Amino acid sequence: MVKARKNNLIRRSKGDVVFDVVNFVLITIMTLLIIYPIYYTIIVSFSDIDAVATGKVTYRPVNFSLEAYSYALRQPRIGSGYLNSFIYTAGSILWGLFITLPLAYAMSKKYLFAKGVISWFFIITMYFSGGMIPCYLLRRDLHLLNNRLVLILGALSTYNMVIARTYFQNSIPDELYESAKCDGASEFRCFFTIALPLAAPIIAVLALYFGVAQWNSYFHAMIYLSSADKFPLQLVLHTLLNASMQALTSAESGSLTSGEALDLMRQAKIAETMKYSMIFISSAPLLIAYPFVQKFFIKGMMIGALKG
Amino acid sequence: MHAKSVVNAPAKRKRLRTEIWKNREIYLLILPAVAWYIVMCYFPMGGLSLAFKSYKGKLGIWASPWTGMKNFTSVFASPTFSKAFWMTIWINVVEVVVCFPAPIVLALMLNELRMNRYKKTLQTIFTFPNFLSWIIVSSIIKNLLSVDGALNGFLATLGLEPVSILGEKKLFRPLIYISGIWKSAGWSSIIYLATISGIDQSQYEAAEIDGASRWQRLIFITLPSLLPTISIMFILEIGGMMSGHFDRIYNLQNDIVASEAETLALYIYRITFERKPDYGFSTAVSMFCSVINATLMIAANMVSKKLGGGGLIGDVNNGH
Repeated sequence: MVKARKNNLIRRSKGDVVFDVVNFVLITIMTLLIIYPIYYTIIVSFSDIDAVATGKVTYRPVNFSLEAYSYALRQPRIGSGYLNSFIYTAGSILWGLFITLPLAYAMSKKYLFAKGVISWFFIITMYFSGGMIPCYLLRRDLHLLNNRLVLILGALSTYNMVIARTYFQNSIPDELYESAKCDGASEFRCFFTIALPLAAPIIAVLALYFGVAQWNSYFHAMIYLSSADKFPLQLVLHTLLNASMQALTSAESGSLTSGEALDLMRQAKIAETMKYSMIFISSAPLLIAYPFVQKFFIKGMMIGALKG
Repeated sequence: MHAKSVVNAPAKRKRLRTEIWKNREIYLLILPAVAWYIVMCYFPMGGLSLAFKSYKGKLGIWASPWTGMKNFTSVFASPTFSKAFWMTIWINVVEVVVCFPAPIVLALMLNELRMNRYKKTLQTIFTFPNFLSWIIVSSIIKNLLSVDGALNGFLATLGLEPVSILGEKKLFRPLIYISGIWKSAGWSSIIYLATISGIDQSQYEAAEIDGASRWQRLIFITLPSLLPTISIMFILEIGGMMSGHFDRIYNLQNDIVASEAETLALYIYRITFERKPDYGFSTAVSMFCSVINATLMIAANMVSKKLGGGGLIGDVNNGH
């Protein structure tokens, strides 16, 4: 194999070499374009405020400083936002699995009566929805507005069900269930003692999908929650990132004594750098975990796309 | 079906009933999900009747008086609605032309890359931004492009005038497309890469023996093999056309450029949270979007099946 590959390399024509070089160069440039904005955000967050304001930070932190972090962590809502996001994320993972796994298991059974109709019942909701206002009014009538449960209970996805069903259908042989049933196992027993233990990979995939979706979401929180102490991290960020912009403009235009103005200007500068540190703080869990869990995300996508 | 002629109807019904009773536990397993979907999805769908009503807060959705097509007449007469409608169409057309091919090109490029370890690292990098929220991505972009951001710092070192990209009306839509590619192209390319890895290698070997260059192999073997996947992704793209891209535009916009990219999704959001919202009117607009989405989806699916690209809905439905 290795030998064949080497031969191949030797026989490469001139055109093929050009092709390889151009491809390599282009893809490296694209990679840099993807990395740099993220990298820049991180180095700015660790740099001195004045160095940032004068545009000296380009490829490495200048005058290493943690001021932006101490400022960000002093923001009252960051801590509660983090905690809330963890609660919502954990909650929607549990709730999502609780509803999705039994459903997907049942949907994978050939002997489910009117399976086609039941499939459509779920799939239609992917493409047709009641829209913002009926959804809002429904939650109001259920007394779910400004209730933490609204974010957790609302987080289901038909797509995840389809993935899990495909997995149950293709990865667990029917013979396992059949022999268990011969020995007198009930459907529940089959589900809990055969399907679930064998579904560990898909459970990990679904948990990650539900988790990331919830961690990154802000829209439902924005329209259904009103007290700031219930806001998830993303919504806190959304508010803070826009608020610090205002702080900046008011410092420039206000009629203040020079001392006050200078102080405010400095505050505004810190607020600017704080944006970078907040971005890093809120995406750090993902940044750290991503290389390790990437394979699960990809696996989920593969199963979803499977047409076997 | 075959039993129809042999067994008479009542006997068949009875058999079905015993069959269902025998498997009753399976129905218990789907019960929670069915209940959830009825309450959280189908109930609001019934709430779409609001589009044909004049909403009175005291009466609620169900008791509010019917007004027939009045909401729709005023929706279609509204100039802001038609502006948002055409804006949505336009943004989606450009999106399909510019952003949709990006992951395909990326997958082809990654596939042609010969260094396997480098390829793995690149994949991790390219797919990562997809998992950042739009709040984060938009602030990264804003920081980078703002008047005192990295881009202008770089221009200043070259002795060039600073540019205010975020406040420039003409640049706002290109910014939306580019940020979309930046965030999602890498992740979407995974699906194409998976298809490529399933292509029969003997085709390439035969082509190589016949003297086909790398480029020819790419155009005549790899790309055609990707067509079924491309058509499925295309259907998905079309199916979300009327309601898509909200997060991106909502988070990147500011007061100066807001009017440059008000799609229907943003329009609905704006009119719903205005000081004096007209719920009937907003619901009529979202119903319009939903109907168009569903219609486009079905149409695209049919066309794709006709062209032999393989439909999507059937696959989701049967899983086989």
